[in-house]
Amino acid sequence: MKLESKIPAGPLADKWNNHKAKLRLVSPANRRKYHVIVVGSGLAGSAAAASFAEMGFQVSCFCYQDSPRRAHSIAAQGGINAAKNYQNDGDSVRRLFQDTIKGGDYRAREANVYRLAQVSTNIIDQCVAQGVPFAREYGGLLANRSFGGAQVSRTFYARGQTGQQLLLGAYSALSRQIGLGAVKMYTRHEMLDLVLIDGKAKGIVTRDLVTGAVESWASDVVVVCTGGYGNVFYLSTNAQGCNVTATFRAHRRGAGFANPCYTQIHPTCIPVHGEDQSKLTLMSESLRNDGRVWVPKNTADCAKPAAEIPEEARDYFLERKYPSYGNLAPRDIASRAAKEVCDEGRGVGQVIDGQRLGVYLDFSAAINRLGEAEIRTRYGNLFDMYENITGENAYKQPMRIFPAVHYTMGGLWVDYNLQSNIPGLFVGGEANFSDHGANRLGASALMQGLADGYFVLPYTVSDYLAGVGLSGRPTTEAPEFKAAVKEVNERVSKLLAVNGTKSPRYYHKALGKITWEKCGMARDKAGLEGAIRDLQALRKDFWENVKVVGTGDQLAPELERAGRVADFLDFGIMMCLDALTREESCGGHFRTEFQDAGEAKRDDAQYAHAAVWEWQGEGQLPARHVEPLVYEETQLSTRSYK
Amino acid sequence: MVHGKSAHDGETTLALKLRVWRQSRGVPGHFEEHALAAVPTSASFLEMMDMLNEQLIRAGQDTFAFDHDCREGICGMCSMTINGMPHGPLPGVTTCQLHMRNFRDGETITVEPWRARAFPVIKDLAVNRSAFDKVIQAGGFITARVGSAPEANNTLIGKVVADEAMDAAECIGCGACVASCKNGSAMLFVGAKINHLNILPQGQPERDRRTLAMVKTMDEAGFGNCTNYGECQAHCPKSITLDVIAKLNRDYLRARVKEFFSSTGKPSKGGD
Amino acid sequence: MALSGLILAGFVLGHMSGNLLMFQGEGAINAYAQWLHEHAGLLWFSRSILIISVLAHIWTGILLSLENRAARAGGPATEATRQATIGSRTMPYSGMVILAFIVFHLLHFTFRAVALNGVDYGDNVYAMVVAGFSSKAVALFYMISLLLLCLHLSHGVSSVFQTLGLRNERWRGRLDVVALVYGWVIALGFISIPLAVLTGCLK
Repeated sequence: MKLESKIPAGPLADKWNNHKAKLRLVSPANRRKYHVIVVGSGLAGSAAAASFAEMGFQVSCFCYQDSPRRAHSIAAQGGINAAKNYQNDGDSVRRLFQDTIKGGDYRAREANVYRLAQVSTNIIDQCVAQGVPFAREYGGLLANRSFGGAQVSRTFYARGQTGQQLLLGAYSALSRQIGLGAVKMYTRHEMLDLVLIDGKAKGIVTRDLVTGAVESWASDVVVVCTGGYGNVFYLSTNAQGCNVTATFRAHRRGAGFANPCYTQIHPTCIPVHGEDQSKLTLMSESLRNDGRVWVPKNTADCAKPAAEIPEEARDYFLERKYPSYGNLAPRDIASRAAKEVCDEGRGVGQVIDGQRLGVYLDFSAAINRLGEAEIRTRYGNLFDMYENITGENAYKQPMRIFPAVHYTMGGLWVDYNLQSNIPGLFVGGEANFSDHGANRLGASALMQGLADGYFVLPYTVSDYLAGVGLSGRPTTEAPEFKAAVKEVNERVSKLLAVNGTKSPRYYHKALGKITWEKCGMARDKAGLEGAIRDLQALRKDFWENVKVVGTGDQLAPELERAGRVADFLDFGIMMCLDALTREESCGGHFRTEFQDAGEAKRDDAQYAHAAVWEWQGEGQLPARHVEPLVYEETQLSTRSYK
Repeated sequence: MVHGKSAHDGETTLALKLRVWRQSRGVPGHFEEHALAAVPTSASFLEMMDMLNEQLIRAGQDTFAFDHDCREGICGMCSMTINGMPHGPLPGVTTCQLHMRNFRDGETITVEPWRARAFPVIKDLAVNRSAFDKVIQAGGFITARVGSAPEANNTLIGKVVADEAMDAAECIGCGACVASCKNGSAMLFVGAKINHLNILPQGQPERDRRTLAMVKTMDEAGFGNCTNYGECQAHCPKSITLDVIAKLNRDYLRARVKEFFSSTGKPSKGGD
Repeated sequence: MALSGLILAGFVLGHMSGNLLMFQGEGAINAYAQWLHEHAGLLWFSRSILIISVLAHIWTGILLSLENRAARAGGPATEATRQATIGSRTMPYSGMVILAFIVFHLLHFTFRAVALNGVDYGDNVYAMVVAGFSSKAVALFYMISLLLLCLHLSHGVSSVFQTLGLRNERWRGRLDVVALVYGWVIALGFISIPLAVLTGCLK
């Protein structure tokens, strides 16, 4: 596998501008002769599709939802970072770059991250022009807040629904192009294969979820922006439909998958309430600004109501362990600390599978200090949401929280141009691996999605198309397309034909149990080796005993789920293998063998690289390749939040 | 209320009778009755539907198709009429955020899709809401090509105006307004969308054109007319108010009058 | 709908105010009628606007009802209502009764073709009205129809503001009260006459 990062030469600050100046262009008159396929309609996908259409290319965009506006970018609450320095607090492109690199525990590509920080300011301009209603000061200027422990206020936000507002902005730009006929939108279509001709991506195969029709589409370039793979854990904050299928299908066709073990766990989610739970709900991290996290000191107190546990019997473990950051310790650290106390048997809430998985987030001190009215102003909607889900009033008793899978930093490997190792296959947003390293900072996901979609892909894809030439596009009559359609049809038939006894959801839950326990917040060698064996057995069981009801010719949610679970099973094995072979701890990847008294211990000498996995065939373990991470201007150091 | 206890300590469960709509694409549908035992009160309504579907799979029957995705009340995908109420009995929440503690043991629950001509049923409880997308495609945007945006703080927008735009922009496009309206009208949705953009300074150049185009597309899509019942407001999971409809009416009237008196017979403030 | 409704709502106020001259005695009301007939141009101008408004109101009402019914696709099997008032839900029905009433009322007092026992009252409007309401059945029909008019106006008047974009969250409640008061003023003003005739206050 050839992994050329194609990082331009020159000082970090000039790389992108110099590179842009050298990228080739397609003449305006010729642009409509090129066909670009965009898969996914979240921030990256919608933004890219709209931008390509504005430039004059023919675009087809596909999404599995009933409308492009529903992609899961919509669920992001907190905000979007940009190095505008509107608050005059010393922010700059370089500082945002440094924070992001450090936050990623020095496992991201320096040049990509710098570019991300550079274009962050353009994103805000673009979104405001589109009518995104960001929060404002009374004087009419944009408001900012500090987010996720950042020392500067660089986060732009729109109430608690920044993701929805940014997505609606991108969706409106996309809609305009659909209305003008420049983009053909295919909703309720799922990408089930990538078609390669002479080693280049030349189209995709989709299944129409409403009619069941399997169709193929030829193009000059394929751009995949299909999000992350958090649902490999079954329970996560991701939407139900989020899946790895598009990226994994590309992986099976030869695309390298980088760092699948980098997954982010968010500390402030509402705990699991029962075995039939389908989803974990995130509550904004901002709650930790005023809430104090604690558990009982004694296991015996765990079953008691919080009010009956006296102050001296409470363990404010974040304040105890990290006196300088306290309750605001970074996501991965706060999450692991919560897991530790629950593993010690000091968790609170319902007993599920013999364990209480929850810690208190207590606002009583803040309510005493500021009054209930002020707390209501700051967090009223979150308290309401909490009460709606749990039936508990958090003004009267502490909230219960527990960490949950939230974001996945790993993804398809891409070079500086966001092109995978398959020529003509570009990857944007959470679906690629490029910018967040081993851990993502708060309010950076939206930034990356829009940076890729609006400001990177339009340039780099144009460059690729200029090199392809006008005669590069095949028709779907080509044998490669016929073969891919046949394979997809066979796979669908195979899933329907197993006719076993267990539902796709049963397998998804079983998969999630293994990955969460063995490849979740803390990992170790024995556990991961066991997980790989268990997943291989589960995969075998799936193909022998799954029961897929419904028919292939109309809306069949069970068939959709079965196909996604099948890919997750293969993917889960790869994720565990990646975690097993990365013998260090970094960011969201915590190997219990590699720690300094609870703190992640990186091994820069051995592992300052991206691990890239290559598909080796059905039932085979993938092969590991490496892209060394070269730091030209950054000094690697150890994160400390003590 | 308390029926039995499940495996978890102290959790109450419900026994329910369900009347659920069953329909294949292109043919008339009917209600199917099912019983479901031991539904935890902590489960969400959609998790209850998951339990029903798992029970159907165990019996070798087809599951009920329904739309859902984020399950945290923001994507707008879930769309069930529960006991005659879009998104069910609890005001201000989507179906996915409705929890079973809001129901009684032994209760019969009727579950139907959104009912409106403009939202044809695809299967069972899933409907086609692409009419909403068409309305947006007609004018629900501000034309701002990538690369051409001015510095963000060049446009001053007072907090009051920004908040007002944000109130309208909270719409999640679920379609409960149409489903709850006794006329199947989409005025709350279109009003919210038009307001969000028409209030902001950036939205002024295309204001009249946007309003006329979106209303025209809405009318062509087969939605009904607003007769001011107010059901949409009462069923909107984001509590969008009738104000957006009043303002839509005002903007529409304004645009029509200007169009009538303009020299070209077209809206004076046109886009591309 | 709103524009024609606004004209009609204004008309009923004028009509009601004129009618109240009944309480000023025979001379006042007859003089008013006389004055109207002397200004035939004005009368027919108003009448033509009224006729156009009524026809437009009926026509748009029918169109709206048909379109809205079709747009609903049958509605849910179990219909639930959270906010819609009785007035709003019965607009087509109260409207139809009011239409029937208007037809009867025109035949009764304008064309003088029914329920007057064939007596010609000439220019004595006062005598005609008293005689017309002497029948309990007729008076009762008038009173019921006018109560329905109150219901119709209580939704209609408030809706006019909404349709013209002149209502907001703060003013919605107030305008609903205004509309309700307006409806009652109109209805009670009209009803006072048959009621006075029935109770013998007007002879």
